[in-house]
Amino acid sequence: MAEHMAGIGISIRNLYKIFGSNPDAYIDAVKAGMTKAELNEKHSHVLGLKDINIDMPGGGIQVVMGLSGSGKSTLIRHINRLIDPTAGEVIVGDEDVVKMNEAQLREFRRHKTAMVFQKFALLPHRTVLENTVYGLEIQGLPREEQEKQARRWISRVGLDGFEDNYPNQLSGGMQQRVGLARALTNDAPILLMDEAFSALDPLIRMDMQTVLLDLQKEIRKTVVFITHDLDEALRLGDRIAILRDGEVVQQGTKQEIVLRPADEYISSFVREVNRGRVISVDMVMAPLSGEPKGMPILTGTVLEIAAKKMTDSNVPEAHVTDASGAVLGKLAINEVISAMVTPVDHETAAA
Amino acid sequence: MDWFTEFPAMDTERLTALKKAIDLGFRNFTRAYGDVFETALYPVQWFMFRVEQLLTTSPWPLVILGFAIIAWLASRSWKITAGVVITLLLIGYFDMWEDTMKTVAMTVVATIMAIILGIPIGILMGRSNRIQAMLNPVLDVMQTMPSFVYLIPVVMLLGIGRVPGLIAVMVYAIPPIIRLTNLGIRLVDKDVLEAADAFGSSNWQRLKNVQMPLALPTIMAGVNQTIMMALAMVVVASMIGVQGLGLPVLKAIANQYFTLGVFNGLAIVGIAIIFDRTSQAYGKRLQKHLEVVHG
Repeated sequence: MAEHMAGIGISIRNLYKIFGSNPDAYIDAVKAGMTKAELNEKHSHVLGLKDINIDMPGGGIQVVMGLSGSGKSTLIRHINRLIDPTAGEVIVGDEDVVKMNEAQLREFRRHKTAMVFQKFALLPHRTVLENTVYGLEIQGLPREEQEKQARRWISRVGLDGFEDNYPNQLSGGMQQRVGLARALTNDAPILLMDEAFSALDPLIRMDMQTVLLDLQKEIRKTVVFITHDLDEALRLGDRIAILRDGEVVQQGTKQEIVLRPADEYISSFVREVNRGRVISVDMVMAPLSGEPKGMPILTGTVLEIAAKKMTDSNVPEAHVTDASGAVLGKLAINEVISAMVTPVDHETAAA
Repeated sequence: MDWFTEFPAMDTERLTALKKAIDLGFRNFTRAYGDVFETALYPVQWFMFRVEQLLTTSPWPLVILGFAIIAWLASRSWKITAGVVITLLLIGYFDMWEDTMKTVAMTVVATIMAIILGIPIGILMGRSNRIQAMLNPVLDVMQTMPSFVYLIPVVMLLGIGRVPGLIAVMVYAIPPIIRLTNLGIRLVDKDVLEAADAFGSSNWQRLKNVQMPLALPTIMAGVNQTIMMALAMVVVASMIGVQGLGLPVLKAIANQYFTLGVFNGLAIVGIAIIFDRTSQAYGKRLQKHLEVVHG
C-alpha cells in the first residue's frame, strides 16, 4: 500500500505519566517542577514519564534506550495506548491516539500498529500458523487470505516447515520469529518492538537484528524499538532517544550520541562503544581547500572501513565524495584514527 | 453478673416470633411463586426425564457401548475405556443397573446445568473484582452449609421429587466450577492478554481466543470437582425422593442392612471413578500443546 511506503510519523508531545491512585491531583505540581523523589516520598505516586517530546519520522527505526526502570516500556505502550497517559499527546499520522474512543482505538490497533513483545506473548494453544494469522483473524479477513499472508511472512522470517508446531516446541529465537511474523502479517505501518530481542542469546540476537534490518530495507515501516543495550541501539537505530528516570536525556542520530554525549551518564555508556563502526567519515572530514588528494571514499562510510582502505593503499589523505562523485570534504588518516580511539567525554566534546 | 456466666441471648418469645415471621414469609413466597417456579423448571424436568428414560429403557449393551465410546473419545485410552466397561458390567451383575442409571442421569443433568450456569458466572467474576467480592461469601456459604439444609427450602418451594432433588444437587455442586472458572480467567498470562489487546481484540475476541482457551484446563478441573460433588449429593437428595443408588443406601441405614449399603456405596464409587478418570484424561488432552517442550 502506497501510504505505508511513505511511513507514518509519530510525534509524542509533552507526555506525562504518573502511576498511583490519583495521578490527576499531582500533574500540575509535576509540571511545575516537583521531582520524582519528592512525588514518591510525599504522595506515594510514581512519576513514570516526565515531559517526553520525541518526533519519530515515518519509515525509519527509532530506538528508545534506557536501563530498567527508565520508563522505556511505559513509553512504547503509550503509542498504542496500552497505557493511558496522565497528560500529553501522541500524534500518529494526523490523529491523536490519546483522544480516541474505544472503538477508534481498536481500529487503530488493528490497522495501524503491530507489536512484538519481550516475552514473545504467543498463544500457547495455537500453532505457529494460527498465531501468525491472529491480527488478520481479529480484523475479520477471509481465512484463505489470512493464511496466504501468514505463510508468506513465516517463510520470510525463516520458519518454513514449522507452521504446525506449537510455540513450546520452538526455541526462544524461533518463538520470537513467530512474534515478528505475527506482527508483520498484520501489515500495519507502525511496528512496535518492546525489548523484542532482549530475551535471546547474543548470537541469536545478532541474527534477529540482521533479519529486522534486511526486512526493513524492503518494508520501510516506522519501527519503534525499545532496548537496554547500546550496541543494539547503535546497530538498529536511525535515531536514538535515551531515557533515564522517565526523562529523555538525549536524542539524535547514533553519531551525534557517540560523538557528543549530553552528560556523564551517556558518556559512561558510550565509552565502551566501538567507535570505528559507528562514526562515519562525514563527522570527521574537514572542508576541502585546494585539490582533492588521495583516494575517494563514499559518504557514509564508517571510520573503520575508511582507515582500512587508506592504510591498505598507504595514503595519508583521502577525500569524501557523494554517490555522484562530487567532493564533500577531505580526510586525514591521523584524524580518522584519533576519532576512532579517543574516548571523548561530554566535557571535552562540548569544548 | 448473670450476663457474664450465661450468654445474654434473645428472649425465647421474640426468637420464636422471629423464626415464625421468617418461615411465614417464605411460606407465603412459596405459595405465591411455587407454581411459577414449577412452570419455569418444566424444561429442566423434561430434559431430566428424557435422559433418565434414555438410560433406563435402552438395552444395557447399547448403554455400555455408548459409555465406552464416550470414554474413548474423551480419554483416547484403552485402559480407561476397559475400566468403564468392566465397572458397568459388575454393577449390572450385582443387580444395581436401574438405580445406577437413574443416579448417572441425575449427575449428568446436574453437571450440565452447573456448567451452563457456572461458567458464565465464573467469567463475570473473573472480569470484575466487585462481582468477585460479592459472590465469594455466597459461594462460601454454599460450600459450608450442611447439605441437608439445602433440602428444606427446595422442598418447601417445589415439593419432593426429581426436580427439587436436581436443584439441590446442582446448587451444592456449582461452587467449584464457578470458583475455578474465575481462577482460570484470572491466571491467564498478562503478557498474552496484552498482546491480544495490542492487536485490537474486542472483549469477546479476547474472551474467546485467549481467556477461555487458556483457562480451559482449570475449568476442566472445576467440572471434575462438580461431578464429584454432584455424586456425593445424590445420596443426600434421596431423602427428598430422588431415586437411584441413594435410596437403597438410605434404606440400609434405617434397617442396618450392611451389605446393601456397601454394594450401593461401591456402585457410587465405581461411577465416581469412571467420571473422574474420563474427565481428567480429557482435561489432560486439552493441554497437550503444553507438554511437548523444546529440548
